[in-house]
Amino acid sequence: MINVESIYWLIGLLFVAWAFLIARDANHPRRWGSSSFWGLLGLCFFYGTAVEAKTAPAWILGIAVLALVALASTGLLGDGRSNTASEEQRTASAAKFGNKLFIPALALPVVTVIVVLLAPVLKIGSKPLIDPTHTTLVALGIGAIVAALVGVAILRPQNKLSPVLEGRRIIETIGWAALLPQMLSTLGILFTQAGVGTAVGTLAKGVLPNGSLLAAVVVYCVGMFIFTVLMGNGFAAFPIMTAAIGWPVLVQGFHGQPAIVFAIGMLAGFCGTLCTPMAANFNLVPSALLEMKNKYGVITAQIATGVPLLFANIALMYFLAFRHA
Amino acid sequence: MLVLIGVLLVIVGFAIRLNPLLVVTISGIVTALLGGMSPLEILNAFGSGFSSSRSVTIFVVVLPVIGLIERFGLQEQAKTLIAKLAKLTAGRVLLGYLVIRQITAALGLTSIGGHAQTVRPLVFPMAEGAALRRYGSVPDKVREKIKGHSAAADNVGVFFGEDVFVAVGSILLITTFVDTTYGLHLEPLQLAIWAIPTAVCAFLIHGFRLLRLDRQLDKAVQEARTEDAAATPAGGQA
Repeated sequence: MINVESIYWLIGLLFVAWAFLIARDANHPRRWGSSSFWGLLGLCFFYGTAVEAKTAPAWILGIAVLALVALASTGLLGDGRSNTASEEQRTASAAKFGNKLFIPALALPVVTVIVVLLAPVLKIGSKPLIDPTHTTLVALGIGAIVAALVGVAILRPQNKLSPVLEGRRIIETIGWAALLPQMLSTLGILFTQAGVGTAVGTLAKGVLPNGSLLAAVVVYCVGMFIFTVLMGNGFAAFPIMTAAIGWPVLVQGFHGQPAIVFAIGMLAGFCGTLCTPMAANFNLVPSALLEMKNKYGVITAQIATGVPLLFANIALMYFLAFRHA
Repeated sequence: MLVLIGVLLVIVGFAIRLNPLLVVTISGIVTALLGGMSPLEILNAFGSGFSSSRSVTIFVVVLPVIGLIERFGLQEQAKTLIAKLAKLTAGRVLLGYLVIRQITAALGLTSIGGHAQTVRPLVFPMAEGAALRRYGSVPDKVREKIKGHSAAADNVGVFFGEDVFVAVGSILLITTFVDTTYGLHLEPLQLAIWAIPTAVCAFLIHGFRLLRLDRQLDKAVQEARTEDAAATPAGGQA
């Protein structure tokens, strides 16, 4: 069975390969710091398999993660400019290959979708070929490999490892931001374990006036928004706000229809995701990926959608979820 | 209540622009200590937190193929292609992408797009290509704005499309949480249906903004050129 761990090993392997390339690059401004960072990150992906299987202690990985943070935040990580094609070469190449260049780009989603759709029927003996609990992730991994092979077959680069070399160019422009989404997810776990949720539930109940349906809807939706902004995702905010307001006040007290209250409540949280740097994989990784000067530029573009949409959600919940006399 | 200091640290850290990795790590450690966790428990939490969240770093697997086709001129080709279509402006390119992204996400095809898969190699170059056609050259400030909106179109499309699909993480999280905690029996389909009104609002609000984006870009290009002309009175572009 191809499980999701094999995809994580593929990621680990890429990081280690990039660390190796950087170590061999004598012109790199932060050669050893960068090489250690990416290499250690790769090893963490391998070791993570054992932690998930509970066959190795997690604290060793914890120390490694703190070491990664130390490397990244003390300026030991840098962006070496790998050898790549110049703008003139790329323009000439674009003229030569034309729209064939889109084939690998489209092969990626097409193969991914085909694998997702075929996954339920692909079997070896009676066992599924693809891990049914992580179909999409495995399919994306397979899609990425197939697309890279298709790309090499069509474009025929002189060096067959060109995809790995060019991948290094992109990961180095992303830099430490690549690790941030995982760190934020860890922060969410620590917040929950330390009881941040309970503390906030108490606060939220304190500000709620008695007997007003509109006020309760506003506190639930705005609370989802604020908590998502602070924690970086609506998933962490949902249990907190639902336990504080959504269930006891809106559903039990005002007899709201649970499906509507919860669905719209979660989406109010998503409005917060548009407005927060804590949602690094949606808001900070892309600005690194697009090489933006202002790393908060994506959020700036989104706030004017996120805030009005929060008001829309409040109105929708108020008018749809409750039978108004 | 003391544990809320950790939340405060995050806000302050981001506000004074410390390295976010450092902010998050320190806030996590402080919160955990205030919550009474031992150093070993904290290290364990960092370790298991990392290993259980490896899926968010999945974007790395697509970097090799994207890097390869970029080297061979994908972005340039995307720009050339768009430049041929006279009626396409940056705003309309992004509106088109918003439609596609939201519909495919609502059908469960979230991995079809994404910042690494489509925004960097295709969407941004196309939007930039449309702007190049309209303005001749694109000032850096305007390019930044187009970049921000390219990523934003992807986020808005996927966030407010995916919840219309039943088997998505957030819907399953809601049903699992409320069913086990409150003994309800919510069908994922009911939740997905009630995500549709918000999806429509999201499309109307963001779509409207993208239609207005072109006028904002026109203005920004004008401003950048006047500034340039003021800075270098002798030279100047046509």
